[in-house]
Amino acid sequence: MPQASILLIPLLPLIGFLVPALGGKTIFKKQTGWFATFLLAVSTALACSTAWNYFFSYGKENGIYQKHFPFHTTWLQLTDTLSIDMGILLDPISALMIVVVCIVSLMVHLYSLGYMKHEERYAMYFAYLGLFTFSMLGLVLSSNLFQIYMFWELVGVSSYLLIGFYFERPKAVAAAKKAFIVTRFADLGFLIGILALSYQAESLDFVTLLERLTQPNSTYLTQATTSSFLGISSITWGCLLLFMGGAGKSALFPLHIWLPDAMEGPTPVSALIHAATMVVAGVFLIARMFPLYALGAPEVLDIVAYTGAFTALFAALIACTQTDIKRVLAYSTMSQIGFMIFALGVSGYGGTAGLGYSASLFHLFTHALFKAMLFLGAGSIIHFVHSNELKDMGGLRKSLPVTHLTFLIGCLALSGIPPFSGFFSKEGILLAAYQQKPFFYGIGLFTSLLTAFYMFRLYFSVFWNKPQQNTDRIAGDGGLTITLPLLILAAGTCVSGFIPFGQLVSSDGIPFSSSLHLGFAVLPVLLAIAGISLAFLFYQKDNLRAAYWSEKLKGFYKTTYHKFYIDECYMYVTQKIFFNLIGKSAAWIDRNIVDGLLSKTGSGTQVLAEKIKSFQSGKLQSYTTWYLIGIIVLIGLFTFFIH
Amino acid sequence: MITDFLIQFRSETALTVLILLLLLLKITREVKNETLLQWMQLLLCGVLLLIASGPFEGHLFGSMFIATPLITLEKLILATGFLLICMLHHEWLKAHEHLIEFLILSLSSLLGMFLFISSGHLILLYLSVELITIPIAAMVNFDLEKRRSSEAAMKMILSSAFASGVLLFGLSLIYGTTGTLQLNELPAALQAQPLQIAAFLLVISAFAFKLSVVPFHLWTADVYEGAPVAVAAFLSVLSKGAVTFMLITLLYKVFYPLEAVGYPLLQILSILTVLIGNLFALRQKNLKRFLAFSSIAQMGFILASLSSYTVAGAAASVYFIIIYLFSNLTAFGIVQIVNTQNGKEHLESYRGFYKNNKFLSWALALSLFSLAGIPPTAGFFGKYFLLIAAAAREQYVFVILLALNLMISLYYYLNIIRLVFTKSPEEMETVRISQPAKLALWIGIAGTLLLGFAGNLLEHIQSIMN
Repeated sequence: MPQASILLIPLLPLIGFLVPALGGKTIFKKQTGWFATFLLAVSTALACSTAWNYFFSYGKENGIYQKHFPFHTTWLQLTDTLSIDMGILLDPISALMIVVVCIVSLMVHLYSLGYMKHEERYAMYFAYLGLFTFSMLGLVLSSNLFQIYMFWELVGVSSYLLIGFYFERPKAVAAAKKAFIVTRFADLGFLIGILALSYQAESLDFVTLLERLTQPNSTYLTQATTSSFLGISSITWGCLLLFMGGAGKSALFPLHIWLPDAMEGPTPVSALIHAATMVVAGVFLIARMFPLYALGAPEVLDIVAYTGAFTALFAALIACTQTDIKRVLAYSTMSQIGFMIFALGVSGYGGTAGLGYSASLFHLFTHALFKAMLFLGAGSIIHFVHSNELKDMGGLRKSLPVTHLTFLIGCLALSGIPPFSGFFSKEGILLAAYQQKPFFYGIGLFTSLLTAFYMFRLYFSVFWNKPQQNTDRIAGDGGLTITLPLLILAAGTCVSGFIPFGQLVSSDGIPFSSSLHLGFAVLPVLLAIAGISLAFLFYQKDNLRAAYWSEKLKGFYKTTYHKFYIDECYMYVTQKIFFNLIGKSAAWIDRNIVDGLLSKTGSGTQVLAEKIKSFQSGKLQSYTTWYLIGIIVLIGLFTFFIH
Repeated sequence: MITDFLIQFRSETALTVLILLLLLLKITREVKNETLLQWMQLLLCGVLLLIASGPFEGHLFGSMFIATPLITLEKLILATGFLLICMLHHEWLKAHEHLIEFLILSLSSLLGMFLFISSGHLILLYLSVELITIPIAAMVNFDLEKRRSSEAAMKMILSSAFASGVLLFGLSLIYGTTGTLQLNELPAALQAQPLQIAAFLLVISAFAFKLSVVPFHLWTADVYEGAPVAVAAFLSVLSKGAVTFMLITLLYKVFYPLEAVGYPLLQILSILTVLIGNLFALRQKNLKRFLAFSSIAQMGFILASLSSYTVAGAAASVYFIIIYLFSNLTAFGIVQIVNTQNGKEHLESYRGFYKNNKFLSWALALSLFSLAGIPPTAGFFGKYFLLIAAAAREQYVFVILLALNLMISLYYYLNIIRLVFTKSPEEMETVRISQPAKLALWIGIAGTLLLGFAGNLLEHIQSIMN
């Protein structure tokens, strides 16, 4: 059975935050990193054993994975029926997520030991990493909506701190603010969604809430579907707004604009937060609430699917034209999250119809490993050439042998080439789409082609393209702390595809076996190879083909290069419309009506004070007269009128 | 009988003995003012101890004189206030050629207050009102060389006489309609006949006159302006305190059958008083007059709380009077200390006061914060409980109007603090503070800071009120 020791999993990273933040950094100095890494290693071991025990020893009852509550306490008892609780919910997806978060975070910690060692604020960096890891683990283990919202915001704060880690750079500060504001805006929707749903279900607890709102004949469900606002039922509103929060964190169109800019943070942070863990919080949220979407509000699930598919395609197109290595990876992340989201969107509830659900979380898992590896690899590359731009790279095969190997594995996995993990998870998604909604299958195929193309465009531009760099800078991979995480993640990428995922994670907790149809896999793999070949032709050697084609498709190329001008649209809307129309008019109201009212009250009081001066004549006769008048008026008033 | 007399009448007896001693002293021998004041302060401490020696319940002289724990507490408050005045105005008193007369008069007035709040009979009530007022009128004249002071005294005695006439008229109507003047017999005899309502209003108007409640407040301006600072402090704190205490007894124990009249009456009077008092205070350029006028507005808040006709409202009023006593006496004391030294009492002359008078500036700022009702000073808690009590009947428009007036008062209180702490080319020179005054200032500061946290004080008042 699960034990309360599971509490240690999030609490150890919290210690890793508190100790340096509360002054321990002066005591530990350079040891802070090792201290934090050690704590996280313990966490990771605990997380893995917890997940292992859950999946293979006590999790299943009668063949169904059960939800366990190893820890539960009431935090605020608001009324007899409503309370805010703190608890831990252990089920297949949270068991999966703690493993993902711990492993990736541990790898990033290890990598950072070498990568960040020359930073002045080294200790604070690890403190922030600890805070983030604590918040993320808290988020995935939450047992109710309010708790998840709290950790959701904590994750946002630590992301803000880490993006803005180089706060002496104006761009980093701007990016941190942008990320915070955009996600905060989305979280507003999230909060309203939480309130709407918990109001209808009269509970914040996941289990109770889902049960009440999904049982066909429950009074709560009838109430939630019949009460409506603007012609849309409150359960739909709730699901929609919840998805808005998820879309903000997961950088789905049109709330994606903060993610590329967030690459201003240190590269290991991008690997941890903006590739593997925090950005999939939206996927996790939808998965957590999945029964509600599938059974209570299927129309919202369609919106989820369309948003995901559009984001996948849209981001893949942009990724083909970007020239900054981290931005290409960022758009690729967006595209892959789009995959996960639309997989959820096309999924049904229960049985093999729930393939999309399993595939989505499978992709989340595999993607976390290889995308973190790709980012860490990019970190090594950037560190070696001191630039983010592809044009400054090329021919780095010999200089960075370990990075080269692992980066290639990552690219292959992302492109969906067997036997790497990405192939299996993406196949699952495509199969689910094909079975449920063929339209999405088409989009998925095309996006796979683009994925293979842009990933290998990256690969060839970085490691081939130009002649070998001069050999005295050979073996720039860095020490063991840098290469070890890359190798571990690469190993994970090679083997994790073979996990029978449907047996572990499914929409209703009943394991199912998903077999791989070889015939079905042919088309996607062929398309991926086509994409790779195209990239090979364009970028393997320094040639003019790419330039020629971009000239040919000039208008389209420019549009994608400028990310479809979405940022400009936002700027237009905020600067011109919000600031001018609302901001200026609000300022006018503030200055003239609010301030005006106050200053008029002030001057009016002064004038009135002048006026009553005449009563104060200094003549005793008039004083007594006023006295008499006053008392006569009062007697008249009370004896004739009021009484 | 004689032990009852000695126990329950102990404070009044003590004051009477004190007054007689001073009279004898006056006609027998010369004593230095300094020594006299020291003895006086010592003896007053003795009186305080005597009052505090225990709350005894009972009545004397056929229920003409009543003693309850609440009345004992109220006497303690008033005597403390008087002692503080003697200490704070030490310099001015020491320099005065008629100190003994001043002390005799003020002690007589204090004796009047004691009898007033203890009175169980309307005739004793009337007599003690006169005992309070007539000595004060004489005290107002104590800036002997100033014509304004004489004018103020004249206006005071004349308008007080008028108010006394109104009070007597009201009392006679009460006797006419009920046949009794005994306070404990009155409630049963009151049926809210129109004539009784008129009598009630006449009596209340006399109290309103003493409290400077609008529209019966017009005498206040001239009297405060002419009176010495010590007398203004005496008037605006002690006399108003005593009248408030008796008003609570009248409203809650005697005239409660007329609650239907009293409730709207108090609301109307309180709003008028708060507003007009604020408007007057806003215009003042003289710190002494300013303090006097702002005290009018403070009385309006007390009326608002009393209008609720709840025990909480009455308790909050007594509690507020205690806090108000410390804050306002401190402020008046500082004005006196500065005025005795260099004759300055204009607001503008306080510009840059902080430079050379750090302690006085902080003490002044603290007392003004408390009067304005800013946390964490006690004034905040006092005002808070007053407003809570005023809101008991859920007349929110009324409470909002009161709160708006609090904002206006905030303006003028903070304005003074701003002046004190701004830099100025003409800074006031350092002002010397005599030892007793310094001690009294510290007491005032302590009261202003600590009383707000003495939550059990309010509970205690509430419990002895039932």
